Amino acid sequence: MKIDEKVLSQAGLTTEEFKEICALIGREPNMLELALFGVMWSEHCSYKSSRALLKNFPVEGPGVLQGPGENAGAVDIGDGKAVVFKVESHNHPSAIEPYQGAATGVGGIVRDIFTMGARPVALLNSLRFGPLEEKRTRYLLQGVVKGIGDYGNCIGVPTVGGETFFHPSYRGNPIVNAMCVGIIEKEKLTRASSKNPNAPVMLVGSRTGRDGIGGASFASDQLSGDSEEDRPAVQVGDPFMEKLLLEACLELIDKELVEGVQDLGAAGLTSSSAEVSFRSGLGMEINVEKVPRREKGMSPVEVMLSESQERMLIIPKENKTEEIKEIFSRWGLDVAVIGRMVSEPDLVIKENGETMAKINASFLADLVPSRNLRVEAPPQKKRRKEFKAPEDLKKAFFKLLESPNLASREWIFEQFDYMVGTDTVAGPGEGSALIRVPGSKKGLSISLDGNSRYCSLDPITGGRIAVAEGARNSYARGARPLAVTDCLNFGNPEKPIIYWQFEQAILGLAEACRAFDMPVVSGNVSLYNETEGSSINPTPVIGVVGLIDDINQFLPAVLKEEGDLIFLLGKTREELEGSEYEEVIWNREEGYPPEVDLARERKTGETLIKANKLGLLKSAQDLAEGGLAQAISEMSFAGKVGAEINLPGEFPAFIELFSESQGRYLVTCSPEKRIELEKLFNAEDIECCLIGTVGGSSVNFKGHFEANVKEMETAWRGCLSRWME
Amino acid sequence: MRVGIVVFPGSNCDKDCKKASNLMGWSSEFLWHTQRKKLSGFDLIILPGGFSYGDYLRPGAISALSPVMEDVREYAENGGKVLGICNGFQVLLECGLLPGVLLPNPSLRFICKTIHLRVENARNSFTSEYKEGQILKMPVAHGDGRYFCSEEQLKDLEAKNQIVFRYCNSQGIVGDEFNPNGSKGEIAGIINERGNILGMMPHPERAMEKILEAHTEDGRLLFGSLEGVLK
Repeated sequence: MKIDEKVLSQAGLTTEEFKEICALIGREPNMLELALFGVMWSEHCSYKSSRALLKNFPVEGPGVLQGPGENAGAVDIGDGKAVVFKVESHNHPSAIEPYQGAATGVGGIVRDIFTMGARPVALLNSLRFGPLEEKRTRYLLQGVVKGIGDYGNCIGVPTVGGETFFHPSYRGNPIVNAMCVGIIEKEKLTRASSKNPNAPVMLVGSRTGRDGIGGASFASDQLSGDSEEDRPAVQVGDPFMEKLLLEACLELIDKELVEGVQDLGAAGLTSSSAEVSFRSGLGMEINVEKVPRREKGMSPVEVMLSESQERMLIIPKENKTEEIKEIFSRWGLDVAVIGRMVSEPDLVIKENGETMAKINASFLADLVPSRNLRVEAPPQKKRRKEFKAPEDLKKAFFKLLESPNLASREWIFEQFDYMVGTDTVAGPGEGSALIRVPGSKKGLSISLDGNSRYCSLDPITGGRIAVAEGARNSYARGARPLAVTDCLNFGNPEKPIIYWQFEQAILGLAEACRAFDMPVVSGNVSLYNETEGSSINPTPVIGVVGLIDDINQFLPAVLKEEGDLIFLLGKTREELEGSEYEEVIWNREEGYPPEVDLARERKTGETLIKANKLGLLKSAQDLAEGGLAQAISEMSFAGKVGAEINLPGEFPAFIELFSESQGRYLVTCSPEKRIELEKLFNAEDIECCLIGTVGGSSVNFKGHFEANVKEMETAWRGCLSRWME
Repeated sequence: MRVGIVVFPGSNCDKDCKKASNLMGWSSEFLWHTQRKKLSGFDLIILPGGFSYGDYLRPGAISALSPVMEDVREYAENGGKVLGICNGFQVLLECGLLPGVLLPNPSLRFICKTIHLRVENARNSFTSEYKEGQILKMPVAHGDGRYFCSEEQLKDLEAKNQIVFRYCNSQGIVGDEFNPNGSKGEIAGIINERGNILGMMPHPERAMEKILEAHTEDGRLLFGSLEGVLK
């Protein structure tokens, strides 16, 4: 077959890339080799549009045991233990087939964690859809939530947090990002490589079928009206198989029987074999006829590109093959030796002894040419300082509480088992979840979020805020933020305006990560999130993992006892552009997001932790979307008690209630701690303003309006179930 | 106390049950589903929650046929105490060791939340440390928790005082609106006539420590009751 433009386009390659391939291997590739390059050089596998920019991220730090480049990042948490975590996108599959798309997204990220040898202890998800009022949104939401639940619940990993956001830009292209966190004894940390050039290569788990062929290329393309026809490119998940794989693999690693483990994700056997070879500095020979199949008559290309789920590549330690086989067979799993490591650094694909493809692994896994993409900044805008007050403040307050983006997520998270494992100290519905480190007093705070509206208004500030908010979530639990994982969801990078958004967001994220000394240890990029030429809002989603030394000191987001004092930390400004208030009340989405002073943010957070260690605080909540009004409401629902609030009065009430100024928290303390608390924050020059007292059955914004807690809670809890049932 | 915790492929609350057992200071051991073993040395056998065999076919249906269940049946026939939690309850029903079935929740959605239970029968080995009418706080997490049986069976269960827990509100009022899964008679847990096999949908092993999300220790007395009887 002649290689022409049509063939290249089917393989997902450009003419320039084809020339580059010929130059690298010194000849024309055959069809199988071309297919291997096609998937390996796809955006999804190669990061060819993002590699250069991602170099801006800080990736090192004193606690980092594993940075980007492996299946997941790992950070030291003391006592000989490490936390292993990563976030990944599964947007395109979920747009076409929400249930399986979301389910296999969970399956993939869980495999990334136990591949490293860590037992998964928590899952989170970040979801974005079109307007809730639209039927298709509800169809997608229902399917995605059920997919996540059915998979996570079955494998017994608690889904402890995340976020859901509705916005028209996600109408045709929803966002489904899943994060998994695991814990491991440090010295058991396993890499996806081998030092032994003669080691056998084993494939275990599901049999290989024709499902998901070309999934990586599909994920690297825009969605179109014909995308429904791409359904075969969406994989089907089997959580029961994954649970068996998880237990079996952890047993192998625990018994120190394996040298390397790699899961099969995008581009299946091709990427896993090429990456293991490249990381090992060795080659690999694969005999495709030895790969257990689900169906007959599969060609080598189909076997190499299949994205059948729940499969792992295992490189055993010397003479451990039989012991490994026994363990897998006890778990009822199929295992086959499908090849071996070789000293020459080539990936060699053979069928019945005949060589079908032979390519240097680094050509596939590393030497993709970076793309030089053009950047074009949009024109400058004006900042607005004049804001329209609502006609009726109380009505506006209720309207916000029951708006789709601020209302309770209970309808979603009640479908997730967030308590299995009996280490969930704080589950979904608060800023950060808190998971106890098994067998210790330590706890991990975990959050996953990002405000894409801010990013669409100004990506660099939006990027900074995404990281600052993650850190704030951690501080508010009393936990020191340790490190970051990021999922960068953007539109088509070939459009200069999109690439500008991408670049700016990364610069903002990187700057903020440096300001908090939080290295980025893992992550994922998802580009081409567009439908029919219309792009999603730039959506960096940030996962932050923090550490608290004693879980008994964790700070819940709740009003606790009558008489407790409520303080507002940080400065409120007239910052309503890009806020939920502007969107919900005036249907406006323009201007610039709030400013964020990163150094001050950090100082505020660290002082909060200090105050907590001194035993001054009873609870804390960070201020985010919906501002002070939303934060006090949620704390009041959690404590089933009201409060009397005296707004500081510097600005009109609606600004003080709904401004989304950054770097702010609500904290509560008992009255006798007041002086000490104020002294501590004053000494650090951080605003610490007494604004109210806990008590009663309503929240009384003195001089403005009073709202009954039960009525508020009914409005807040009812929104999603009203739409979904 | 020596406890055997059965592990089916897909069980996922097995480790949580072991932790609960550790908190009680008991010794415990996992029993693999294919393992044949005399169970007479154990004081209690727990069938834990999870998704044994992925809930394929019907929850508990395949596990009910596994070799270990033959030993559990023999153990129970000799008077041994068996506790089935969530998926374990489903297995007990599929085995016919308890009457009735568990159907999918009417919402067709999985539900995870902390609910209230009322102790209806405190005169058995599993609940003797509770008071009758006592209100407990405990998590549920299931997709198929709707207890169902015939009218005659229900009358029989009531007549023989076999209903151990019913769903209620925080004041102890039993009613359909406080029932998370549409169970018949608001039933959350039942015991066999002989009083040595208890099946329940709520998770007592998740209600052992105040620090955890559900903020309850109400499960401790269930294990405490067993200890009182068996020690």
